[in-house]
Amino acid sequence: MAGRAAGRLLPLLIFAAFAATPLVAAATGDSFIVSLGIRVMIFAIAALALDLLVGYGALVSFGHAAFIGLGAYAVGILSAHGIADALVALPVALAVSGLFALATGIVCLRTKGVYFIMITLAFGQMAFFTASSLAPYGGDDGLTIRARSLVAGFPLFADDRAFFYVVLGFLLATYLACRAVVASRFGRVFRGSRENAVRMATLGFNVYRFQLAAYVIAGVIGGLSGFLLANATEFVSPAYMSWQRSGELLIMIIFGGLGSLDGAIIGTAAFLLLEQWLSGFTEHWKVIFGPLLVLVAVFARGGIVGLAGRLKELIRG
Amino acid sequence: MTPRLTSLLAALAIAGFATGAQAQEKLKIGMLATLSGPAAVLGQHMRDGFQLGVKHLGGKLGGMEVELVVADDELKPDVGIQKVQGLLERDKVDVVVGVIFSNVMMAISKPVFDSKTVLISPNAGPSPLAGKGCSPWFVSTAWQNDQNHEAMGKYAQDKGYKKIVLLAPNYQAGKDSMAGFKRHYRGEVLEEIFNQVNQLDFSAEIAKIAALKPDAVFAFEPGGMGVNFVKQYAQAGLAGKIPFLSAFTVDETTLPATQDAAVGLHSGAQWAPNLDNPVNKKFVADFEATYKYVPALYAAQGYDAALLIDAAVKAAGGKAKDKEAMRAAVRKASFTSVRGGAFKLNTNGFPLQDVYVVKAVKRADGKYATEIVSKVFSDFADAYAKDCPLK
Amino acid sequence: MSTTLLVVQILNGLQLGVLLFLIAAGLTLVFGVMDFINLAHGVQYMLGAYLAVMFYGLTGSFLAGLVLALLAALAFGLLLEFAVFRHLYDRDHLDQVIATFGVILFLNQGVKLVWGAAPLTLPIPELFSGSVRLMDGLLYPVWRLVVIASGLVAGVLLYGLVAHTRVGMLVRAGATDAPMVSALGVDIRRLFMIVFGFGTMLAGFAGIMVAPILSVEPGMGDTILILAFVVIVIGGIGSIRGAFLAALIVGLVDTLGRSFIVDILRLVMAPSPARTVGPALASMLIYLLMALVLYVRPTGLFPAKGR
Repeated sequence: MAGRAAGRLLPLLIFAAFAATPLVAAATGDSFIVSLGIRVMIFAIAALALDLLVGYGALVSFGHAAFIGLGAYAVGILSAHGIADALVALPVALAVSGLFALATGIVCLRTKGVYFIMITLAFGQMAFFTASSLAPYGGDDGLTIRARSLVAGFPLFADDRAFFYVVLGFLLATYLACRAVVASRFGRVFRGSRENAVRMATLGFNVYRFQLAAYVIAGVIGGLSGFLLANATEFVSPAYMSWQRSGELLIMIIFGGLGSLDGAIIGTAAFLLLEQWLSGFTEHWKVIFGPLLVLVAVFARGGIVGLAGRLKELIRG
Repeated sequence: MTPRLTSLLAALAIAGFATGAQAQEKLKIGMLATLSGPAAVLGQHMRDGFQLGVKHLGGKLGGMEVELVVADDELKPDVGIQKVQGLLERDKVDVVVGVIFSNVMMAISKPVFDSKTVLISPNAGPSPLAGKGCSPWFVSTAWQNDQNHEAMGKYAQDKGYKKIVLLAPNYQAGKDSMAGFKRHYRGEVLEEIFNQVNQLDFSAEIAKIAALKPDAVFAFEPGGMGVNFVKQYAQAGLAGKIPFLSAFTVDETTLPATQDAAVGLHSGAQWAPNLDNPVNKKFVADFEATYKYVPALYAAQGYDAALLIDAAVKAAGGKAKDKEAMRAAVRKASFTSVRGGAFKLNTNGFPLQDVYVVKAVKRADGKYATEIVSKVFSDFADAYAKDCPLK
Repeated sequence: MSTTLLVVQILNGLQLGVLLFLIAAGLTLVFGVMDFINLAHGVQYMLGAYLAVMFYGLTGSFLAGLVLALLAALAFGLLLEFAVFRHLYDRDHLDQVIATFGVILFLNQGVKLVWGAAPLTLPIPELFSGSVRLMDGLLYPVWRLVVIASGLVAGVLLYGLVAHTRVGMLVRAGATDAPMVSALGVDIRRLFMIVFGFGTMLAGFAGIMVAPILSVEPGMGDTILILAFVVIVIGGIGSIRGAFLAALIVGLVDTLGRSFIVDILRLVMAPSPARTVGPALASMLIYLLMALVLYVRPTGLFPAKGR
């Protein structure tokens, strides 16, 4: 029972910390933490989707950034044609990334393990090169968006603090949706496919379909993250979907701890905040950050969340 | 308190405490540069050049103590935005200096302009910022991206090269470089070859060039690509046969790696270490003494950025915290550039400057550097300024 | 498009392929045999190049530089193995990914701290500095022939070692069932250390061999790493023969694509869109190839048996 309560406590703490960020910013006069918080939450949304695939289904996608990029480009391209309303841009962003996930998922899911990693990378790279060659939309120089999306004509996103809470709302919704997916019958089958695909198949489940559905869900959530990222930065660029970014997303969720959803958010926050904090210290911050990742890999089985869990057990004796 | 009384008191306060108060208040400068990855060397040149400028001015710009905050954009546009937001919102800098790459510039320009802060580019000069998207908050101490390419096009034209092959990576800056080259070149372009970004092996492109037998090749291959291409071009025996023109490819950042393979190759540039004027002589000599390497144009542009801020703070009467005053002052600022003579700005905030053909040489001290060959353009304005609504 | 040019470009493609194989060989070995995802392979390749530049600078001899750099790369690789990697052999792939990614960050920044951010160079050794005439006005550096030869030798050596020697047999057995081999009295840890050391040396060797052709700069291993993974995945992980063939195919497809795609597209579309679409298509050609191969054969061209 205690474990259960603690399991609920952690997400509560996480979301309370996020919700308090703008208040802290107002109190300290450091408005930068609001922008930083927005960035963390946007990547956390993408990370949740990736954790759904990797942590629950052992589908290690190395092309996840492509969905972010597609979502972002939906906003950018629509805005370039004068359509700046989120009521249009958001559904388009979700649909485009979802369709891309469906089309590529059909192909990718034929493979397993490392082959799956590489084939998702291949599609990610194709998306990247396509975006880079979109000369009317800035090519690889990217595309500046004139202003953040309107919501039914109302500039809800314009104020940073308001936008912060919008993103927080999306993060919470994504988190709850992922929780629901994981707990559902669908989620149990999907998880089962990770443990033993053959058994699930003999039980009469079409594992491939479940995996494809999960892949599309993850793609749509990635698109949501891209929609928000384009609005946060008021800019889109092929760099949003580079393989380095896909790799970073993977590192974030492993860093936090796979297969707990909480870990995805914690890992993203830890990764981005450490990056910000260490790079403020020294230009050579990667000399510190690199070994830190190594230490996490070697000693903290299950990332930060796993480490925290074991520390707790240690304290209890 | 009526507004008039307030301003009167403020004026009195300034008059009374001018020297004391301003000596204490620091000028905060935020620098954003690419300092990691293969392109880090460019950011390093720019930062070192800027810091030498501050040092030469006694650690003060416009009489104010300088506090420099350096941030690394990692060549990722969204990281650039995050870092520049940090500079603006957390460090509350008075001026932003940056960046190296156009894609990062396109990303960060909006947040900087929106915050009404002066943005000084010591390198990147994408065409949108020079034309329709120009901003009163933007000033460049470098060039508009096309300018050095245009110079090479003009040079090729003047040299009488009838057939030419263009080579650039398949990205926006590469396409822009070809457009810039063709603006003043009237001969025949046999082929526009786009290679891949970060390509390693150029054998295929080199074979194609050899088969096409052009009078000259124009290449834009910045960074490691340039090193790979220049080395392989020389190894394939083309260096002596087909004249090699380039921009941002053979300079002091790549010469340590290309060395003899690059000697004799021609480039377009607005500056070279041996440009003969007193400001430049002092800059180059002190730079090499301080940092132990030969400065490239990026360093010179960084140095000029420091001189520009110094002159601007002076022109603003020391009101560096007054952003409107700084905006106006940065356009009026006058100083003597390392390029020789007074630094001149066009209406769009880009320099009006001479552009040269330079040549890579091995100097008497064994180090490699570029040297001025001839002047191609005088007081050259970029092609986009006419679209800029600013006056 | 002349026949000579086509032949030259095919040669260039094969040459790039061998280059890729040289780089991918160590990765195949460690990944295929030990089932260890070593993302640090790319930075070990980079380190080899840097060490060679340093030792060449100290000794003034390419050969001495090569030998010392190889030894130093080996020593460093073994240090990494001892300190980090051996704790991760029996772990999840993703633990290996994050650890070796950490090593990438550290080493990319580390070489910049030690050797500076500016690119460096290693000259072609005097003995091989000549060139042969390939076609009118185009020379082929002898050094590239040396690189090709060394790639072929590395391939044959590896194949022989893994498939036909006792050590190779033990290694393969160890990869399949480590506890069993261990129970039979074989020191698995030492065995894996040897394999890893060999993989490290191969990475370093590749870096040294290509240093005279390419720019030696921080981060030079990152792009290569992805290409190497593409090669070994197309070939089928664990298959040295597959990696070799895949490297040649990738080299050919990439080179011929870059060379002729615009000309081919011009046959079916206007010159201007062909110039836009062609290079973009050329960039993604190897990824298209990989996706296609994996679609048709989900475990690569030559899946290793029993895995």
